[in-house]
Amino acid sequence: MTSTWSVAADAAISVLQMAGVVLGGPLLVGLMRTVRCRLEGRVGPPVRQPLLDLRKLARRQRTRPEHASWIFGLAPLLLVATTLVVAAVAPLLATGPALGWSADLFAVVYLLLLGSVALALGGLDTGTAFGGMGASRALTIGAVAEPALLVSILALSVPAHSSNLPAIISGSLAHPLWLATPERLLALAAFVIVIVAECGRLPVDNPGTHLELTMIHEAMVLEYSGSDLALIKLGESMRLGVLVALFAVLFVPWGIATSPGPEHLAVSLVSLVAKVAVLGVGLAAFEVGVAKLRLFRVPELMAGAFVLAVLAVLSALVLA
Amino acid sequence: MTGAIVSPAGLPAGAEPAGSCRWAAVVEPDALVPAAAALVSGGMRLALVSGHDDPVGPRVTYLFTSGPPDHRVELHVPLEPGHPCVPTLAGLSFQGSRFEREMADLFGFEPLDHPQKRRLVLHQHWPDGWYPMRRDAGPMPALVADAGQYPFVPVEGTGVYEIPVGPVHAGLIEPGHFRFWVVGETILRMKARLWFVHKGIEKLFEHREPADGLGLAEKISGDSAVGHGLAYCQAVEDASGIEVPADAQVLRAALLELERLYNHVADVGALCNDVGFGLANAWALSLRELLLRLNADVTGHRLLRGGVVLGGAAVHRLPTAAELTEVSERFEEIAELARTSAFVMERFTGTATLSEANAADLGVVGPAGRASGLAFDARVSHPHWDSLPTFEPARHTGGDVLARYLVRTDEIRSSLGLLAGLAGLGPSVCPAAGAGAGGAASRSGVGIVEGWRGAIVHRIELDSAGQLGRVKVVDPSFLNWPAVPVSLANTIVPDFPLANKSFNLSYAGNDL
Repeated sequence: MTSTWSVAADAAISVLQMAGVVLGGPLLVGLMRTVRCRLEGRVGPPVRQPLLDLRKLARRQRTRPEHASWIFGLAPLLLVATTLVVAAVAPLLATGPALGWSADLFAVVYLLLLGSVALALGGLDTGTAFGGMGASRALTIGAVAEPALLVSILALSVPAHSSNLPAIISGSLAHPLWLATPERLLALAAFVIVIVAECGRLPVDNPGTHLELTMIHEAMVLEYSGSDLALIKLGESMRLGVLVALFAVLFVPWGIATSPGPEHLAVSLVSLVAKVAVLGVGLAAFEVGVAKLRLFRVPELMAGAFVLAVLAVLSALVLA
Repeated sequence: MTGAIVSPAGLPAGAEPAGSCRWAAVVEPDALVPAAAALVSGGMRLALVSGHDDPVGPRVTYLFTSGPPDHRVELHVPLEPGHPCVPTLAGLSFQGSRFEREMADLFGFEPLDHPQKRRLVLHQHWPDGWYPMRRDAGPMPALVADAGQYPFVPVEGTGVYEIPVGPVHAGLIEPGHFRFWVVGETILRMKARLWFVHKGIEKLFEHREPADGLGLAEKISGDSAVGHGLAYCQAVEDASGIEVPADAQVLRAALLELERLYNHVADVGALCNDVGFGLANAWALSLRELLLRLNADVTGHRLLRGGVVLGGAAVHRLPTAAELTEVSERFEEIAELARTSAFVMERFTGTATLSEANAADLGVVGPAGRASGLAFDARVSHPHWDSLPTFEPARHTGGDVLARYLVRTDEIRSSLGLLAGLAGLGPSVCPAAGAGAGGAASRSGVGIVEGWRGAIVHRIELDSAGQLGRVKVVDPSFLNWPAVPVSLANTIVPDFPLANKSFNLSYAGNDL
């Protein structure tokens, strides 16, 4: 199918995906905040507030710790850059964007995690107690989330005999029954838990807290300010947007453009926005109902995700 | 308040009745420790220690209390003017050792053989030898620019690291510095440094007319306007022999419960918020707002200022039964929401446990003490009016965050019950009553009130012109702060904010 796409169309789709993630990520965060506020009986800020915050932060003066090295400044750039690369190559709107062959599930997911590692290094680089504490906690959780992620990806790639994302999605569209198999559902559960952990959402981390001693992600980025902080906020919301969009196309692929043409692309765009919005609302509603886990319970949650992923692989191999 | 005829056990020879339920004796410094030991072994607690720089020479007053029956015993110890020093009571009472350090900083009275001879109230940059509470203190001296580091007890070992937090925090929190020594995430030791907002409130009271002091007392800790206001008024009424009419006593009791209600509701929400359960907090904040508006209807002030006046109470109306029912229903919804959340209960259970033995040794008061199994509640031990409805104080034995949470929820229910009972006892309106005709004036007075954080104690002395001489204030936070680090044994760093919130101590009330 990919052969029928012209190079120009491929490039246009990639640009559209990147622009969509840059704008859509902060809007998704805003939507989730609004849902949370409404469910708690509050009015809350407008959905576009995260975008306004980014503009405000970008205009503000930037300060950097006296003894921080170049790593501190590089980390936010790396976070945004890796997420942009994923947004460019991942089949979010069409099964064949430019460089679709490179959109390997392993490559995509680990590009996203590269940003986390960069932030952890940036946190350590400040030399403050909070930067180090946040980095230590984030990497501890990352270390236990990683195996679950790896194995759930494996489970997804078994039916298609490929970890190439366009191939998995095309396969799912051709064989809708794949989506209802136990391995797909188990992998889905594991994948959701890992997304929640990696994006620092409840019950793993509380993005809304002001209590510095409880923070994981926020402690790591406590020293960032001005345009650096704007990049981090942008990178985080883009990553949440990309992960939710990836989840949407992997598990509910219908609507994605499989053949060229603006009309297919338009349908794909509308369906993707709708799917991401529904997932965002669902995630926010879930967050309202839970509280934050004790830090040492988080590895247990991740172990649970890992078990689900292993079961997914086993059932994929047994049932195949 | 009718004084009990039975005198307390351990009363020293020569003690004379001095005021409401109160006896006083003059004791020489050498005889202090045995006299104090007799009172403590008779079951009394050291509630207040106050230094005095009288024209005739320095003096220390120790106030011991117990109840029921309500007993208050004062020991007055005159000191040698040239070199004022007192034997320490550190071996008898932990809070006594802290009062002595406070007195050493502010009056320069040296506690002999004190185990912790270092500053408590004044930070290092205050010059040595300047004692702000003395008569001849004069204007504030220049601060020492390079006072050196605070002598933290070093904690060493493989993998031990320090986390300094504050005094400026994220969010709207009063200033305090916390220093953690941590291995991994487990807290080995925590040191809280307070007194960043020491304002010299006790000095500010001096030379005011008693009626002028009330506004200041209400602002000692903004969330305890009724607690401190009432303790102050009781002390002044005790000193001037003012009888408070029964109707006003009913209204005072109601105001105290209204204050407990809005603060406990806010705490219940804040505890849920600290474990990331924002839903319960949003509901609790909306209920708190309802209560604050009710407060504004009751006294004209959202934080109930102006409700307690000298000799009486000024209340526009009491909450109606319908209003109390609405508060109760909305509170039960919140309590049910938290109770049925496994996440919340799991975070509360077993976190930051304060054993009953530790709580008793440290002299912990209020809900924090009752969560560790202690029975003390000043509403029962020192009722400000004999005919108040009786109730059973909330008491739990877990000593953890859950127990402190449950004591609060129980007290909200008992406060609502008390308010409903009080509404039928007296008038719902009481114009500000003037100071009534007095009985025998003793020139010194003590007020003890169970504020929402615990027992608030004020002791005042009037000078010959009838103005305020020495006013000593004890906020429960002063007694409870040392319990926070003790409760942190085996607690992990990310649980500290929750543990701290479960005590919810005042910085302003502690720093004075």
